[in-house]
Amino acid sequence: MKATPETFFKLFTSTFMLSAFTVGGGYVIVPLMRKKFVEELGWIDQEEMLDLVAIGQSSPGPIAVNTSILVGYRIAGIPGAFVSMLGTVLPPLIIITIISFFYMAFKESRAVAAVLWAMRAGVAAVILDVVIRMGYDVIKKKKALPICIMLGAFVAATLLKINVVLVIVACGVIGAVTHTLSLRKEGEAK
Amino acid sequence: MSLFLELFISFFQIGLCSFGGGYAALPLIQNQVVDVRGWLTLTELADMITISQMTPGPIAINSATFVGTRLSGIPGAVVATLGCVTPSCIIVLTLAYIYYKYKNLSIMQGVLSGLRPAVVALIANAGLSILIMSLFKSEVFSLNLSDINLLSVGIIACCLVALMKFKKNPILVMSCAGIGGLILYFAGIIV
Repeated sequence: MKATPETFFKLFTSTFMLSAFTVGGGYVIVPLMRKKFVEELGWIDQEEMLDLVAIGQSSPGPIAVNTSILVGYRIAGIPGAFVSMLGTVLPPLIIITIISFFYMAFKESRAVAAVLWAMRAGVAAVILDVVIRMGYDVIKKKKALPICIMLGAFVAATLLKINVVLVIVACGVIGAVTHTLSLRKEGEAK
Repeated sequence: MSLFLELFISFFQIGLCSFGGGYAALPLIQNQVVDVRGWLTLTELADMITISQMTPGPIAINSATFVGTRLSGIPGAVVATLGCVTPSCIIVLTLAYIYYKYKNLSIMQGVLSGLRPAVVALIANAGLSILIMSLFKSEVFSLNLSDINLLSVGIIACCLVALMKFKKNPILVMSCAGIGGLILYFAGIIV
């Protein structure tokens, strides 16, 4: 497909609108992107889109940003990647900038403080819910290694106060090494 | 070191090390913004997460904008956001190049298999400090039961039931909690 100025315009408006109206982050916006670019515009086929989503999810950084960079790259190369990244990043940038000015003005109000206090308890519940769900997903597979990694990482971060970045790097290395070893074992078995 | 450079470096690290999206960035944001740099208090961070939940956009971008704006206005917001997406741009484009060349990402699968369970633990760690903050009257854990704020316990319990049993949308649940807080304020129960 040849990229014309209209392609870039369409790419920008599509990612901008998707980003501006999707509350709930990567897991909500990615299916909508698929709908837009695979079904509505027909720019990418289904199979390839799934691969792009997998790459977006396995890379560091926000999934919505990663996936839109990939879609843009697929459609119009590096310039396309930057156009769709801009489209994805601008809405939250604009909205949060406006809100943070209000936040500073409203922070002194007792009524606003009461609302925020109650919502903070709500946030604690939301995070608790996420952790229970995700933790259950890990445990129900009944594999020793992921469960050990989960418990080990929790002890390291919470009790031993080891730097979060270090914990992430260590667990990534453990995963890569054990995965490679098990592949090699499978290869030998054959 | 200039503030802009610090902002860029901090959010570059957050962008670089947050795997899995959404809440996965939370422990890193807390680590950089609250513990290492001291740009926000834990209370302000919790408010930021609240705002993030109700507005579009990834939490990492939202927090970059929020922190950047608070520290040095719109230029700060732009610099922090740039820092946050730069690692994504570089890594994702490199992987896309490799994908179209080799279409084989086995080692990445391995890395991911180690990261997924770790991310759960790290979210639990970040969630724990927010939970403690809203349960107790101060930000430190206390064994003294009279320090527990019973109203918070009630709100958290109600929210958990709504989320887990009735599968309500988190945004709806948090909005209701906020309205509850306002009612308690006008009833004179909290001041």
